[in-house]
Amino acid sequence: MAANTATVQTKWWNGGKSPFNVEYGKLMMWYFLMSDAFTFGAFLIAYGTTRFASNSWPDPNVVFQSFPGLGSGLPLMFVSLMTFILIVSSVTMVLAVQAGHHNDKKGVVNNLILTIIGGFAFLGCQAWEWTHLFHEGAWWGRNPFINADGTAAGTNFTNFFFTITGFHGFHVFSGVIINIIMLIMTLNGTFERRGHYLMIEKAGLYWHFVDLVWVFVFTLFYLV
Amino acid sequence: MEHTHTPEYHLHAATPETYAAAKKEVKKVTIYLTVFTIIELILGYMLFLNHTTWGSGLVLFVKGVILIFMIVKAFYIVAYFMHLKHELKNMIMTIVVPLTLFIWFIIAFLADGNSYKNLNNSYDSYKLERSKTKVSAPAHGGSHGSEVKHPEQKAH
Repeated sequence: MAANTATVQTKWWNGGKSPFNVEYGKLMMWYFLMSDAFTFGAFLIAYGTTRFASNSWPDPNVVFQSFPGLGSGLPLMFVSLMTFILIVSSVTMVLAVQAGHHNDKKGVVNNLILTIIGGFAFLGCQAWEWTHLFHEGAWWGRNPFINADGTAAGTNFTNFFFTITGFHGFHVFSGVIINIIMLIMTLNGTFERRGHYLMIEKAGLYWHFVDLVWVFVFTLFYLV
Repeated sequence: MEHTHTPEYHLHAATPETYAAAKKEVKKVTIYLTVFTIIELILGYMLFLNHTTWGSGLVLFVKGVILIFMIVKAFYIVAYFMHLKHELKNMIMTIVVPLTLFIWFIIAFLADGNSYKNLNNSYDSYKLERSKTKVSAPAHGGSHGSEVKHPEQKAH
């Protein structure tokens, strides 16, 4: 970053240039993501507070132990698959953004398609997880699982699980829609005419945020 | 090709060499993220296998390690995938400084939650007694007759 060259200090705040050397839209996307991070953070902290205030809590390895088509007795397997799907889709998104930097339209298209497929795959997995839990009697206000120490559990567990994964899933869904729009715009040559693929970069920030939130949700609900 | 608007910020040079270098960095970070996730999963699985035999200190330590890996993964995603590491220092600070206050938020509320638990256990004896009463698994076999059961669950 050449903020300070050998002889001339760049005057960032004297007008005429962007002080952070970024496009307005990109900076605003970052700040929107900060607000969204606070929202997710507040939900997760509420979850943490409730767990810390509880004498016991359901064991996620007992609650989440099924894999589609393979039955039960497989804790952590399905959620690992979901995590890898989202990480890989984040990687393809980075590759799409990089392709955009180098005006590689085909690269952008191919990687966006892979990212969209990954997004749909994750949503499908989450839908299966929700349906499976629902069939076991879990829902907002209904918790069929007992605590790890054998005592009766309240509905906090399922309420938090469905609310937070639902809110996250909603973000994945909107991210997929945004990516589809990006793909259509790329195919139509909109960015080629503009001369830059910065819009893809902004969509990329949103998609990485979605992956980032999943890193936290996955660890805090399924692992610890 | 017409540029309808010349950006007033400076984009990086885009050459085939920078493209190759960029892809290489992505590959490196992807491997890190994959390895860290696998380690987290292994630790999580070990917790599952041993949480009854390990002391609470060891369980907490392993959970702490998992949380550290979570933070490290978050750092790599934000710094490299979201490119924040390569932005100007002042912009990085507008993102990072509020998040340090967030750490205070987390600690305060978890401490509060812990305090709620202790106060409840001290002063609400009915709630404490109920929270110590063991139950057998629900009649409809809530977890579809699953192979993994709580150690305390009574056999069907």
